[in-house]
Formats: sequence, C-alpha cells, structure tokens
Amino acid sequence: MTRQNMNKLMIGMVSLVATIVVIPIVLVIIYVVYNGIGAINWEFLTAAPRNGMREGGIMPALLGTVFLTFGTAIVSFPLAIAAAIYLAEYAGDNMLTRWVRLAIVNLAGIPSIVYGLFGLGAFVLFWNLGTSIIAGSLTLGVLTLPVVISTAEEAILSVPQSFRTVSLSLGASRWQTIRHQVLPHAMPGIITGIILGLGRAAGETAPILFTVAAFYLPELPKSIFDQTMALPYHLYVISTQVPDMPLSNQYGTALVLLMIVFSMTLVATVIRTNMRRRREW
Amino acid sequence: MIVNMEQSAPTVAPKRKPVPRHWGEWVIENLIQLAGVSTLIIIGLIFAFLLREGLPAFFEISPATLLGVRWYPIEEMYGLLPLLAGSFIVTIGAVVIALPLGLTTAIYLGEVAPRWQRELLKPLIEMLAGIPSIVLGFLGWVVLAPLIQKAGAPTGLTAFTGSLILAYMSLPTIISISEDALYAVPKEYRDGALAIGATKWQTIWRVVVPAARSGIVIAIMLGIGRAIGETMAVMMVTGNAANIPALGIGMFFQPVRTMTATIAAEMGEVAKGSLHYSTLFAIGIVLFLITFSINSIAGRLVGSQGSRRSGGQL
Repeated sequence: MTRQNMNKLMIGMVSLVATIVVIPIVLVIIYVVYNGIGAINWEFLTAAPRNGMREGGIMPALLGTVFLTFGTAIVSFPLAIAAAIYLAEYAGDNMLTRWVRLAIVNLAGIPSIVYGLFGLGAFVLFWNLGTSIIAGSLTLGVLTLPVVISTAEEAILSVPQSFRTVSLSLGASRWQTIRHQVLPHAMPGIITGIILGLGRAAGETAPILFTVAAFYLPELPKSIFDQTMALPYHLYVISTQVPDMPLSNQYGTALVLLMIVFSMTLVATVIRTNMRRRREW
Repeated sequence: MIVNMEQSAPTVAPKRKPVPRHWGEWVIENLIQLAGVSTLIIIGLIFAFLLREGLPAFFEISPATLLGVRWYPIEEMYGLLPLLAGSFIVTIGAVVIALPLGLTTAIYLGEVAPRWQRELLKPLIEMLAGIPSIVLGFLGWVVLAPLIQKAGAPTGLTAFTGSLILAYMSLPTIISISEDALYAVPKEYRDGALAIGATKWQTIWRVVVPAARSGIVIAIMLGIGRAIGETMAVMMVTGNAANIPALGIGMFFQPVRTMTATIAAEMGEVAKGSLHYSTLFAIGIVLFLITFSINSIAGRLVGSQGSRRSGGQL
C-alpha cells in the first residue's frame, strides 16, 4: 500500500472510531428518554411511592435530592469561593500553595465511596449528626469543593489585572478591590462552577449511601437532622432491590435524574456563554 | 498583587490619609487564608478518619488472613486479595478498551476534525461526563448485561460488563487530557514533518503522538484512577462474586467483586465498631492510598510538563 493510501485509510479509521465513540452517548440519552417519558406524569412527580414502591411516584426522593442539593450549596459555596479568592489573589508562589494545589488535585481524585466512608466516620458518628440531611450535605459539599474551587479560581483570574491596578491606585484596599472590582466580574464564572459542582452532587449515590439516604420513607423529612430518600439511591433500590418492579417506573426515575443533572449543566453553559458574549474587555 | 497597599500607599501619596482598615476586613482576609488551606486540612481529615475507623482491622486481623484468598466476613475470613483482583481486572479491562478509543477520539478532535464538528462533539463528550454513574449502571443492568448473556456468556454480570461501562465513564477524562497533550505539541513539529513530505497520518502517528507521550501517560493514569474508584455502576453489573479467577482471558468473563462494591454493599449491614466494619474502612484506606499516589504522580508530571513547554496548555 502506498503511504498516500495508508494516510487515507488511517484518517478514515480515526474518523470512524470517533463516530463509534460518540454515537452511543446520543443513543443512551435517546433510549432513556424513549423508555422513560411514558412513566412521567403529574402523579409520578407528586405522589409518594405505594405498594412496596411498585406504584405511585417519586416525590419524596425528588424533594430529597432538591434538599440535598441546596444543603450542598450552602456547605460548599462560601468555603469554595473563599478558597478560590485565596488561590487567585493572595497565595504566593511557595511551598504551601503547591501543597494546597496538590490537595485539590487529590481531593478531585478520591473515589466517591471513600467520601461516603469519611462522611460516615466524621459527620454521622464522630460529630454525632446521625444519618441526616446535614451529614449528607456536608459530605457532598466536601466532594464538590475541588470542582467549584478550580472553576471559581479560573473565573477570578480571568478578570483583567488592570481592574485591580486602577482600583488599588485609587486608594482602595486589597479586600475592597476584590469585593467591589474583581468578584462582581467573576461572579457569573463562579456561579457556573457552583452549578456544575451541584449537578455532580445531585447525581452521586455512593457518598449518600451511609450518610443520608433512606431505602423507603414516604414522609418528607421534618428537619435537617432527618433522613431522606434521594433520587440516585431510589433508582438503585428500585432497579436492583425490589422484585417485580415495573420497568417504566425505573426508566422514568432515571429520566428525571438525567433531566435534573443535564438542566443544571445547561444552565451553567448558558451563563458561561452569556458571560463571554457580554464581556467588554 | 503581592504588594500590600496599606503599607505602600502612604509613600506614594504622603498627604493622603491611608485607607482606614476596617476590623472586618482583617477578619475577612484571615478567613480567606483559612479557607485557602482548608483543602489541605480536609484531605488530612479524610485520611485521619479512615485511619481512625480502619486501623483496628490491621491490628486485629493477622496479615495472613488479610492476604488470604477468601472474603467471607461471616466466618471471619477477611482476605482482601479477591477484592483487589476484582478491582484490577475490571480496571485493566476498562483501560484497555478506553485508551485506544479515547486517544483516537482525541486525535480526531485535535488533528482531523473541522471546527464545526469539534464544537458539536466536545459538548457531547462533556454530557457523557455528566451522566450520573447510577444511570449508566442501571442501563448496564437492564440492557447491557442481558445482551452479553445472549452473546453466550453464562451470566451477563461479569468483569467485562463492568469494564465496558467503566471504559465509557472514563472516556471523557482520557479524551480531554490526551487532547490537551496533543494541543501542547508545538505547531513547528507538524509543519516540519509535513514539509519533508510526511503524510498527515505519518505526522500524527510518528511525530505528534510520540511528542505528546507524557501527557498520554497522565491520561492513562487519571483514567485508571477514575475507573478504580467507581462504585455504583460496577456494583450493579459485575456480579459481586468474591473470588480470584485464574489468570487468562477467561477472567474477564466471570463475575468479580471490586473493593468499592464491597464497601457499598456491606457497610449498610455491619455493626458499627465491629471487625467487619473496620475492615471495610481498611479497604477505604487501600483505595485512598492507590488514588492518592496515582493523582500525586500525575499531578507532578503535569507540573513538570507545564514548565518544560512554557505556554503549553496543560
């Protein structure tokens, strides 16, 4: 074979493989939508499960995931923004900063089940919070830190240096500069990071297994110290632990979960695109 | 930004009063510094709590038992080898499948695809990264496993089923990091190769890919890290049989039980403080140490690569 033909063949192969990789992504999404859309109706979204979860809806699990997502935001938001401000504005080029960055890389790589163990050992048992929304939110909050910190730091760094120089030269203090000049411009990027982190947290199962998730709990939690059902764990339960579970119900649950996660990603992307378009520097 | 304005401002404009430094500002700046090092504290806490709950297992169970080939907690057999073997078989399978696919896709995105295709494909791959593992596990359970059984395997719940799902889940990681690595190869390399008459494919295969080698190694490592820690999908599709299969191609088509799945499946049923309980934490320590070393080495490689190619994308 001439090398020109070889070139054509291999470039063709590369294109083919890329197509083979991408097509199943589309198929997976279409497949879940196709099989799940029929199960979704008002009752499915607003009723509690009945008859050993084989009938009724997913409302407690859906709301549980909403509560957990808010809880995660409350835990993760202030800490992650502060850490990002530190890295972008205060940290010097020294050993400590390198250690902090290494810690973030490593936090991002810790398996989610290990976060679950940490949450069990630290929040549920040691701090005696019990299996509760607050323990689950703390666990998920820690898990989302690396994503949110990295995105927020990037957003802060993307604010032009001249903004800071001007503000400082007008006599503003360093914190005033950050508070009034840097953060407002970085905010859309920071919010993008938070939503991406929350999207990930909403879909996680392993970290909530032993920290908050209830197998079956038709009533809603009364306080943050109660257990709650959660959508990802509910999907696990009804697909593997409940015999004779109607498939449509399982696909419906998977679809709702997928929709929640994707809509959060979509919102984040829209904010990011808008921000890039409106940026005037 | 390192200069401290409170000190330098008066020397620049001596007549103006220095900015009054509110006490609240002092508090806020200190809180920010504390938050800055919080990630270090948190990773320390995670390890400390794993040790606190898991160390008793290492003291109270003899090493011979821990290194045994049977995981059967009811009879106090805590051999970790089958779980390690399970994790490694599934992970190796996943990387063997995902690496060629991921690298090729990265080559396509970085070197071959026209701009509009890149803009279409990259968000799709990001979407794949966003699909919760439980949803992929569910699809593996209701769709993929029956297919594999129909293909002739005695059961659909095998290491291979897990590897397929894991390969898919680690693709976004492998693709994006390999793509960064390819992007960091200077344009002059490509121009030089094309100028002396190499075809596009020869340029890619003989020049660009070898030059991006270290980045690709990082992609493999992080792919492994991603795969070895995955829990729910693996638990649902690998059959959860704790045994050490005989070496050979057959080991991929048997049910296995991974470390992550063992923790997830058994933690709910053990008594707090029991030997079984701390052994599950001990497995957590092993997982933590494996992923910690992979990420530390990869992190160091990324650092050295960034400094070698100044202006590179990594």
